[in-house]
Amino acid sequence: MLDFLKPPVLAFQEFFLLAGRAFRNIFRKPHYFDDISLQMDLIGVGSLPIVALTGFFTGAIMALQMSRALNQYGAASTVGQIVSISLVREMGPVLSALLVAGRNASGIASELGSMKVTEQIDAMRALGTDPIQKLVTPRLIAMCIVLPLLVVIADFIGMIGGYLVACPLLKLTTATQYWSSAWRALEYNDIAQGLLKPFVFAVVISLVGCFYGIRTTGGTQGVGLATTRAVVVSSVWIFVLTFFIGKLFVSL
Amino acid sequence: MPETHAETVLEFEDVLLQFPEGDRPALDGISFALSAGHSCVIMGAAGSGKTVLLKTAVGLLKPDAGRVHLFGEEITGMTEKELFHLRAKVGILFQEGGLFDSLTIEENVAYPLVNQPGAHYPPEEVHRRVVEALRLVELERTLDKFPSELSGGMRRRVGIARANVTEPPLVLYDSPTAGLDPITAHTIMGFIIKERDTKNTTTVMVTHRYQDGNLLAKYRYNQVTGRLERATSGAGAAGPPTRFMVLRQGKLVFEGTQQELEASADSYVRKFLRSVGG
Ligand SMILES: Nc1ncnc2c1ncn2[C@@H]1O[C@H](COP(=O)(O)OP(=O)(O)OP(=O)(O)O)[C@@H](O)[C@H]1O
Ligand SMILES: [Mg+2]
Repeated sequence: MLDFLKPPVLAFQEFFLLAGRAFRNIFRKPHYFDDISLQMDLIGVGSLPIVALTGFFTGAIMALQMSRALNQYGAASTVGQIVSISLVREMGPVLSALLVAGRNASGIASELGSMKVTEQIDAMRALGTDPIQKLVTPRLIAMCIVLPLLVVIADFIGMIGGYLVACPLLKLTTATQYWSSAWRALEYNDIAQGLLKPFVFAVVISLVGCFYGIRTTGGTQGVGLATTRAVVVSSVWIFVLTFFIGKLFVSL
Repeated sequence: MPETHAETVLEFEDVLLQFPEGDRPALDGISFALSAGHSCVIMGAAGSGKTVLLKTAVGLLKPDAGRVHLFGEEITGMTEKELFHLRAKVGILFQEGGLFDSLTIEENVAYPLVNQPGAHYPPEEVHRRVVEALRLVELERTLDKFPSELSGGMRRRVGIARANVTEPPLVLYDSPTAGLDPITAHTIMGFIIKERDTKNTTTVMVTHRYQDGNLLAKYRYNQVTGRLERATSGAGAAGPPTRFMVLRQGKLVFEGTQQELEASADSYVRKFLRSVGG
């Protein structure tokens, strides 16, 4: 009767099996450091311009949109605080993760997917290499190192964007006041939340990308499908998880 | 060639394999045994389970029932790590190539020498063997190229070189001539026979062209003249014995010698014999 539930439940189970093996391999030999650094370059350096640009405009837009409301209540001096809290807690991690999901979950899924349909993954297993060790674990490690760094950069550039709108452009507040309120507003709670999120998202993006890539069947058409699924599923999980992590920290 | 008591290299016992999404088993009660030094030709329509059978033989796919013995060891219950040791004794040419796009031809062919368990060769030795393996398929000049820079036929030849570089006692070829023109297909078959006869490997070849099976059964590589020649019965010049198998929808519908195959009355089997050449 509940047959329609079977495929998603099986997929979920398979996903956790893959995740378990990928994490276990972090502590096992052989370690493919070349692949890790290649992936860090691909994910980190490759995504840096777009993540920085998005961060900048997020901060700028936030200052812009808040200016009227803040002026109304005579609270224009708190603009730095508002920009920094919303960036560090939410906007920085979520927007960067969505961009990286769009760029790299798709990239990972299509790369592993085409390796799957051209039997390169079978060839790996046949020639003495564990594809999870060689393909999944390096992407997981690289993503977990790089995404938090990208988020920190995006947060900072976003604050600069907010500053440029708040001070030189709209003259809402002074530079000293902007930066000191931005800085003082941040509590450990915010920073912990702002760093835990990208770490969790990194795990989700890399593993979802690898999962759909490795499961690809049905030729080149299947690769397209795997790519789309990887982006959609990882983006949805980013929103779901940011809610739950936010909830966890609110109740702390 | 020492004529010892021929041991069984590969044996299937009532193997059943069902994909969750499939409506019928991909392999349905397959049983056969292959002796060392023999050749085996597997034919069957598209989707009849040829590729699945080869992958099951080396544990890339796990059967749902039945047993598979590779070099006398039961592999269905083995872990991936144990399988790595056995797979090091098997060379495989994959239907879709399976060459690593991100590696050069040299790195591709060197891959089994570098990564398989028990293979610890110094770099010069690896290079020497790679060049030697590529020379056998007449591609020693493409070392630094990437697979995407080669033609389909050349990629197959690289695949053949990679399958044979460790000189494994058993080599599996999945549709080595599929999608190639007749001349290139003939060249490829020549290389496969050459690999078989210079190294005395047990050879399993999947094909949907009966000509290929016929070549494998009737021709041998003469190491003195360096040419293919018809294996004349008697005079010690006959090629290794060749078994033929025909698959239909996951079932083994024929297993026997070439004579038996040509005498078969089964209409499905006969369809494969239409285009007999030579
Ligand atoms: N990974 C898979 N998942 C689901 N079904 C599969 C998978 N691989 C193969 N099959 C199914 O198993 C059956 C046998 O496939 P197989 O690839 O062995 O055919 P084949 O004999 O090699 O055909 P071809 O001559 O086209 O290569 C087909 O029905 C196919 O759809
Ligand atoms: Mg096939």
